[in-house]
Amino acid sequence: MHEVSIAQEIIEIVKDYLPKNNHVSVKSVRVEIGEFSNILPDALSFGFKVLTNITDMKDTELIISKVPLTVKCRDCENISILDEPFFFCHSCESANVEILTGTELKVIEIELND
Amino acid sequence: MSLITVERKILEKNDEIANINREKFRFKGMFTLNLVSSPGSGKTSLIEQTIKILKGKLNIAVIEGDVQTNLDAQRIDALGVSVVQIVTNGACHLDAMLVRDAFQKLINIDINLLFIENVGNLVCPAAYDLGEEMKVVIISTTEGDDKPLKYPAIFRNSEVLVINKIDLIPYVNCNIDTIIMNALSINSGLKIFEVSCTSMEGINEWCEYLLYKVKSQ
Ligand SMILES: Nc1nc2c(ncn2[C@@H]2O[C@H](COP(=O)(O)OP(=O)(O)OP(=O)(O)O)[C@@H](O)[C@H]2O)c(=O)[nH]1
Ligand SMILES: [Mg+2]
Ligand SMILES: [Zn+2]
Repeated sequence: MHEVSIAQEIIEIVKDYLPKNNHVSVKSVRVEIGEFSNILPDALSFGFKVLTNITDMKDTELIISKVPLTVKCRDCENISILDEPFFFCHSCESANVEILTGTELKVIEIELND
Repeated sequence: MSLITVERKILEKNDEIANINREKFRFKGMFTLNLVSSPGSGKTSLIEQTIKILKGKLNIAVIEGDVQTNLDAQRIDALGVSVVQIVTNGACHLDAMLVRDAFQKLINIDINLLFIENVGNLVCPAAYDLGEEMKVVIISTTEGDDKPLKYPAIFRNSEVLVINKIDLIPYVNCNIDTIIMNALSINSGLKIFEVSCTSMEGINEWCEYLLYKVKSQ
């Protein structure tokens, strides 16, 4: 439900990289969205489209790379990929695991039409 | 065509302000909680009952977050406790900027324990650090025992789970042990309280825990 706020933050970050004077448009923005970040990619794409619709960024493509949820076991050091968010080590079944990836909300790169 | 590497967190602005909030709160010697639940699980009721028990022992203040109205702030104000209402006008979560601005109104008051009541929502508040010491997730027995599995992020990101409305267990199809088992499968470190804001069962244990947290801050 907060995908529109997230889309707005992405746009604010992109603006930091646009040269002030000459007219350069943004071809694409690539973001990383973790599987455990509570963000629905479709809703984020929709929010981005709506917010950029009547601006200079209306043709900018939002490329979403999903990042799987992975955890590292503090007991046996095994790294597990979790398809569902049940936080157990797949090797020793310990619940003493820390999240390695899957919570990302990051702008990775921007491609300019210049 | 030029490719620019960015590598920045989308919520970096929020996180930065949240860290400044946290420093401010700690400097003031406050212990700050961010209460998150579905609409109507009993966040305001839990704050009210906690105030009644701890008012003589601690200086408590409250920041209320709602989409509309200051009704919750009125309930807190009626107990003689300092309260600031944030009205988000549609936004489904509080963010660090809103809390920073609201806290300005409490800056000259002596406070040991600050409650921030988030907007009723189990999804969006999970992503936003407000500068709290910990998140407390509340679910009530009328919501069903599968909620931790359906909304895992907030259970993973909280340190405490309060299961409220245990007085209603005889009337609803809800198994407390299942709630607890499901919650622990998401976050094995959760500290869990079973309470009723109506019968007051379990409220003393919760208040003892808060007293301990404030003293050891
Ligand atoms: N039976 C019973 N009712 C409760 C209990 N705690 C709260 N309630 C009732 O549940 C309703 C909602 O309680 P609130 O404290 O307003 O819930 P809230 O989470 O603050 O709600 P929002 O701020 O609107 O999201 C009220 O009618 C309360 O009287 C409880 O332990 N048992
Ligand atoms: Mg409330
Ligand atoms: Zn292990």
